[in-house]
Amino acid sequence: MNYRGPYRVRIEQKPMPELLHPEDAIVRVTRSCICGSDLHLYHGMVPDTRIGSTFGHEFTGVVEEIGPLVQNLKVGDHVLVPFNIACGRCNFCKQGLYGNCHESNPMATAVGGIFGYSHTAGGFDGGQAEYVRVPYADVGPTVIPADMDPDDAVMLTDVVPTGYQAAEMGGIKEGDTVVVFGAGPIGIMAARCAWFFGPSRVIIIDHIDYRLEFARNYAKCEAYNFKEMDDPVVFLKKATDWYGADVCIDCVGCEAEGNTLQTFSGRVMLMQAGAGTALQWAINSVKKGGIVSIVGVYGPPFNLIPIGNVLNKGITIRANQASVKRLLPRLIDHVQSGRLNPKALITHRIPLEEISDAYRLFSSKLDNCIKTVLMPSAKH
Amino acid sequence: MDADSKNEPTYPMKNYTGDDHNRINYERSVQQPQDVELLTSNERPAVTRVFGTSVPPSGLSGMIRRYAFEHSEDRYRHWLPLILADRINMMEGLVDDIKKGYFPNIASERGWRVEWKHNPKKMAVKVAAVAVGLLIIWSLGKKQKS
Repeated sequence: MNYRGPYRVRIEQKPMPELLHPEDAIVRVTRSCICGSDLHLYHGMVPDTRIGSTFGHEFTGVVEEIGPLVQNLKVGDHVLVPFNIACGRCNFCKQGLYGNCHESNPMATAVGGIFGYSHTAGGFDGGQAEYVRVPYADVGPTVIPADMDPDDAVMLTDVVPTGYQAAEMGGIKEGDTVVVFGAGPIGIMAARCAWFFGPSRVIIIDHIDYRLEFARNYAKCEAYNFKEMDDPVVFLKKATDWYGADVCIDCVGCEAEGNTLQTFSGRVMLMQAGAGTALQWAINSVKKGGIVSIVGVYGPPFNLIPIGNVLNKGITIRANQASVKRLLPRLIDHVQSGRLNPKALITHRIPLEEISDAYRLFSSKLDNCIKTVLMPSAKH
Repeated sequence: MDADSKNEPTYPMKNYTGDDHNRINYERSVQQPQDVELLTSNERPAVTRVFGTSVPPSGLSGMIRRYAFEHSEDRYRHWLPLILADRINMMEGLVDDIKKGYFPNIASERGWRVEWKHNPKKMAVKVAAVAVGLLIIWSLGKKQKS
């Protein structure tokens, strides 16, 4: 995959990736996904997204080559590769914050290294390709259990951990009411995973009816379309006995819809890092003393949000990129036991060669698309 | 079943070890050799042990990116020039394609085929809007000349 500018991608031959560090591995991709956050790159919203880059931070693959210091993998291992590039040694990795590694991205201190996510996240080519260079191969890549479907495995690289951590960060207590903003793959997974923490109600808000219907069935939650409301915040206050939700989760990020000022200033004029509409609604819909959990991606530099309400309501905000490696043992157990069925979110399997169509399909939400998996060509 | 009764208030840092007090004095891997130009944040003292080597800066966009990286991540002067560089880079990409004798199939790269297949009405409206816009610009230009 080769990025050529906003809304333009194509397939093009690039040189084979090489081992550049003794802890690298070269992985032949078997599955790769397009993430909702890839759309921020596709839409030109992320600074320092260079022409010629390859996107893709959700992938599985077979190890083809390893560097001399790699000890935990061998050639032929079929691995799922977390989207975070983590050294395993820095203070952040040692404390379980694999998404905040300090030794994988020289270009920005605010974000750790991420596969295929612009030079702001380290300038690594990603997995929407046939082969990928995987740094710190002893740390992130995890051998896929023999009885696991590769479609489930690829969802464990980002979607499942991010959805799960979104719910985990909410500090959900038994009997809580949880509101999830966004019925994309992450929001649907967050709504599903919220039930592991004992709430009494899970509500999901979006404006796309087919996704709300999917969420109702998959996540067993209430689902409402904000375009049918005068004011989503008033709606949610009314729905929670005029108290506010105990926990609100922002699974939308910077390309939210629903507020003209946010959309114009953020998505059109780029005077802020996209539209903070979902986060604004989360802050205003949560109860006093409640928790707002953020996994929706916002880029630099900043966003307009009602910070005064955070103060006056005593809200706790918890946010981070998912620490995939920390969560994998638990989540693999959830998948293997049947408690989670991640591959059910996959609606489209598209050959890698048709990447332009795949991005358009996902970006424009055509053909009831929820999650797109890219399949490398048969020869691989 | 996964509820945490403690509801750790310092989350997301759940496994606090006190290592932060060592600041930047932690164990590191060997240094990846650097043989491409790397633009690095001025909020850190050294290059990370591992880094990406995709698409080094070049051309006019590269000059703007070098300027952007003279400023910290706190500054608009870091991020807005990078967005500008991205847009200029897009034009540089088009010129590079043409210089190599390749004329990009913009319709294919933008996935218009699948948009037409699944949403022909919206596609037709977009095309009509662009056509009307171009017609207005053309007629204004003609009016100005006469």
